[in-house]
Amino acid sequence: MKAQAEPIHELRLAGITKRFPGILACNNVSMQVARGEVLALVGENGAGKSTLMNILAGLYQPDAGTITLNGKEVRFHTPNDAYARGIGMVHQNFMLVPNMTVTENVALGMKRLHKFMNLDLKEARRRIVEVAEHHELPVNPDAYIWQLSVGEQQRVELVKTLCFGAQLLILDEPTSALTPQETDDLLDRLQRMTAELSIIFISHKLNEVKTLSNRVAILRHGAVVFNGRTEDHSSADLAALMTGREIHLPRNEGLGEGGATILAARDLKVRGDRGHLALDGLDLELHAGEILGLAGVSGNGQRELAEALTGLRPVESGAVEFLGQDMTNRSPAAMIKAGLGYIPEDRHHEGIVPKFSVKENLVLKDVGTAKFSWSVVLKLGAIARNAEALKTAFDIRCASTAAAGGSLSGGNIQKVILARELSREPKGLISVYPTRGVDMGAQEFIHSQLLARRRAGGGILLISEELEEIMNLSDRIAVIYKGRILKVLSSIEATRERLGLLMAGVADE
Amino acid sequence: MNKFKVAYSGAIILLAALAAAGGGALVLKAIGANPLEIYKTILTGPFTDMFGMTEILVRAVPLILVALGIAIAFRSGIINIGAEGQMLIGILAATATALHLPAAWPKWEVLPLVILAGAIGGGFWAGIAGTLRARLGVNEILSTVMLNYIAAQFYTFFLRGPMIDPGELETGSGTPQSMRLPESAILSRLVPGTRLHTGLILALVLCVVVYFFLWHTTWGFRLRAAGAEAKAARYAGIRVEGSLVTAMVLSGAFAGIAGAVEVTGVHHRAIENITSGYGFAGIVVALFGALHPAGIVPAAVFFGLLLVGADMTQRSAGVPANMILVLQGVIILSIVSAKMYLNNAYAQERAARFFGRFFAKPASDEAKTGGQA
Amino acid sequence: MSETHGIVYNILSLGVPFSVALLLASLGENFNQRAGVFNLGCEGIMCMGAFLGFLPPYFLKAGPWAPYAHLMGFTIAMAAGVLLGLLFALVTVTFRAEQGIAGIGLQMLGWGVAGTLFRHFIGGVTGVEGLTAWAIPGLSRIPFLGGILFNHNPMVYVAFAMVPASWYILFKTPWGLKVRAAGTAPRAADSMGINVNRVRYQALMLGGALAGLGGAYLSLCQAKMFADDLVAGRGFIAVALVYFGRWSPLGIMGGALLFSLAQTLQLAIQVGGIKFPYEFAVMLPYVLVILVLSLARKARMRGPSHLGIPYNREMRY
Repeated sequence: MKAQAEPIHELRLAGITKRFPGILACNNVSMQVARGEVLALVGENGAGKSTLMNILAGLYQPDAGTITLNGKEVRFHTPNDAYARGIGMVHQNFMLVPNMTVTENVALGMKRLHKFMNLDLKEARRRIVEVAEHHELPVNPDAYIWQLSVGEQQRVELVKTLCFGAQLLILDEPTSALTPQETDDLLDRLQRMTAELSIIFISHKLNEVKTLSNRVAILRHGAVVFNGRTEDHSSADLAALMTGREIHLPRNEGLGEGGATILAARDLKVRGDRGHLALDGLDLELHAGEILGLAGVSGNGQRELAEALTGLRPVESGAVEFLGQDMTNRSPAAMIKAGLGYIPEDRHHEGIVPKFSVKENLVLKDVGTAKFSWSVVLKLGAIARNAEALKTAFDIRCASTAAAGGSLSGGNIQKVILARELSREPKGLISVYPTRGVDMGAQEFIHSQLLARRRAGGGILLISEELEEIMNLSDRIAVIYKGRILKVLSSIEATRERLGLLMAGVADE
Repeated sequence: MNKFKVAYSGAIILLAALAAAGGGALVLKAIGANPLEIYKTILTGPFTDMFGMTEILVRAVPLILVALGIAIAFRSGIINIGAEGQMLIGILAATATALHLPAAWPKWEVLPLVILAGAIGGGFWAGIAGTLRARLGVNEILSTVMLNYIAAQFYTFFLRGPMIDPGELETGSGTPQSMRLPESAILSRLVPGTRLHTGLILALVLCVVVYFFLWHTTWGFRLRAAGAEAKAARYAGIRVEGSLVTAMVLSGAFAGIAGAVEVTGVHHRAIENITSGYGFAGIVVALFGALHPAGIVPAAVFFGLLLVGADMTQRSAGVPANMILVLQGVIILSIVSAKMYLNNAYAQERAARFFGRFFAKPASDEAKTGGQA
Repeated sequence: MSETHGIVYNILSLGVPFSVALLLASLGENFNQRAGVFNLGCEGIMCMGAFLGFLPPYFLKAGPWAPYAHLMGFTIAMAAGVLLGLLFALVTVTFRAEQGIAGIGLQMLGWGVAGTLFRHFIGGVTGVEGLTAWAIPGLSRIPFLGGILFNHNPMVYVAFAMVPASWYILFKTPWGLKVRAAGTAPRAADSMGINVNRVRYQALMLGGALAGLGGAYLSLCQAKMFADDLVAGRGFIAVALVYFGRWSPLGIMGGALLFSLAQTLQLAIQVGGIKFPYEFAVMLPYVLVILVLSLARKARMRGPSHLGIPYNREMRY
């Protein structure tokens, strides 16, 4: 990477189009950024924002359209080309090699340091320190990436991009893994950087857009539906433009005292994948007829909690009780049989078997029951009828129920999982990030289904990163921090500020 | 399935076949043989007489059996390269059983027991690798390959030692082979004057059984789910580790049955080189047959043809027997390469767009999913 | 020296050169795996290397080129290894085929071609001259150890020199950095402008060259002849050794020595006239591999995390 690229006065995208199988990700997109400007790229999940930026960063090739830099047309065949022109991207999933040091990671991308049999790590280290000090982004060059926290890794990514000579920073959902306080901190830093850099950042959080950006471009279904100055529009306007209609996400209007305890965790200690104690004495109670939201920055034990409760992860000490029975360390099959439903985080690999048809996926857990088999022989007719009924009831968009589960869109896969879980009428349901990456229409549907289950007397543990979702739907909200429940608030008491502090580990009182 | 998809798939398969044939041709050229003539001999030679045609089926029987087992394993998410060794252990078990059952027992009592013994032997041997994989995460390709070598040594040990034909010791010729099996342990001939035996019927029946097992029972459903997406299967309450072991044991059992059938139907005693590479050829047949009984039968017959034809070229044109390994190797490489393009909607769409410039308009962009699978 | 002393000396001094083929192939496979690809076809490449390496000394036995025959053999074997590595890269990197089965396909191909060409061109079992031992002056006179370590043919020294060389390449050169990134975080490497697929091609070719060299060593220096079953699974053992050695050249060297000791033990048993069935002795190395794989459980977690997964930049999740 050259140390200094030509300053970027103006970047223009014109007519960018990109297709993936069956999907038009970018449809004739045009926009521009000037020096020192912050452009917010906004849209629902799946609107094409990341794809567009990946094209700008040189990772994808557009099928049509041009990129113009300072009036000259450029083509980026690889990320190297983009960096050579001063465009650098910080991805939502960090592009760092975990078992190498910060210095090695940066050295990896600094081509001019690659002499034949000799790797100049000293020079890389020097540059890192130089950039870090200049922009006030403290990083430890000798630390291994796996040792760093999410916030620290993000700083490394920023420093890395700047070391490569980026003058236009593209940030993809930079605050998705940060607490509200860390978010404010980051936005502040970025604001200061605009003295020297231009920034494009992708977000679906309108309050951040209002805070940081000068201009905003809104994408819907791959096309630009709006491009203008941020200060001229309110969040409500932007939201309406994002979705194309007035969407009112269903709210939980109940008073939610909840009934008997159906699911409980008592002093739970569970080990994570790296051997550390992911859950360190966690206590939690879920009642019938309520939605208990679990708020917290991802990585504080949410995954391990969900897995421990569903029998997918061994419990070292403590107890899990379901419907009054001790179910600690029982198998997943036992939990399923007892009536516990689970909508997992990774719908593609944990929720469905992508190669199986939709109808097979809908009976994944119940294939052994009398409804779908005579002892061991499958009742193919019953399975097909069940799939048709659920397809209608849950509005699953697919060519036929024989289509492969993996070919459906994210929202529809989530509906399949939801249909399967809810049709079993579970007394308890654990739902992890249910609307991540799902468009608003499907979100609305999923939320109303969850509320319906609650009305029918089921208890739902809702684990989510979206504070708004949790605040809208929950009767009570628990905050998880470093493997323990810091506090449980009722929905009335839970304000964004209070939750933010708790999520950062600041226990009040 | 729209027309383009059919044309696209056909083209890929054709390219793969040409690549395989071309690879083989290169080697044939290197040893001074005429590839076209050799291929002609291989593909048409066996059809010249009744014996040749039945020989194709004789070779197809163990191939079908092994391939059925491989298909079960692959579909369940575990790779079994150990069919050779499993066959050998199955043969040992079957032979030992056949030689020790009372000679007076009738065929319909003896044969099922002998074949069952073969299944148990093969299943046990595969179970070792399956358990190591399930409990200790040991890569099953490496363990099954190692077990092949170990089984080969066991086999030789038994044939030279405890199970050697006492007749060999008397005459002092010392050929490592077992005693001839009693009449009650021999599969009857289907066509007199040829080597074709009733094992063919067993193989075909087992094809139907396997089909039913995999697609019409809850057991098969769970095995396939675990093989397709282990995580999701686990989350759905399926015991994935157990299913890995089960699949491996079943796979080995089929290899063991193949061995038992070979020894009772063709050779009538345990001899050296009895497996003739069926354990490996069976893998190729399974892949070629798309891991489905309906594909495995024609694939096995085709391979039987290749094997008999290769034998003929060895005798007539002096092409070494190792040539069949070469063909198997290039076929495997071609199949696995083609697979990536066959089920790839993205590549297919790209191709459609490319050719669309010359012919019709490409498919609509707005069409989301639907009919892609 | 006493009798047991003599036996131990024999075992150890045989063990060192016996490990060369394994060592070379395994160090090569280490590059493959570090880059994210495992090549079970290593066995097939060794077969081809053994056969092709054998050809020059066989044909040029009595001629003006004789002194260079071995060198030519090694070179041809390495070249064949590069080509086969290239083929494997085409199948697994460009075509993104399943690496395990593709490896078995390559193994069958290599084994088959070597056997076919051998049967056709040579036919019988004939021997060739091996390489003469180079005693390292001074060091080779150390009692006991000197004979074990410093009195071998030059290829042994070359092979062991590859251990620190591999280490240096992997950890101290830019290319090594790229290889390690390609195997652990290919997306990150890609985003920094590294051509992951190209790096994997290069690693596979280097790995193939070393495997070919190891195969040639077997036929030229160890067995001093060629036969169909010469390699006998060493290529597979080499792949297992990479796991055993935790993807580190030093660990691999330890593993290679351990396994060759198992083989020399087999010989010692026969020579020593101990009553032990021949076949069980032959089984030893293979059983050892299984044992070692079973115990190496923790090691897997520190390996290249993207081992076995083809890289596809355009993959959407």
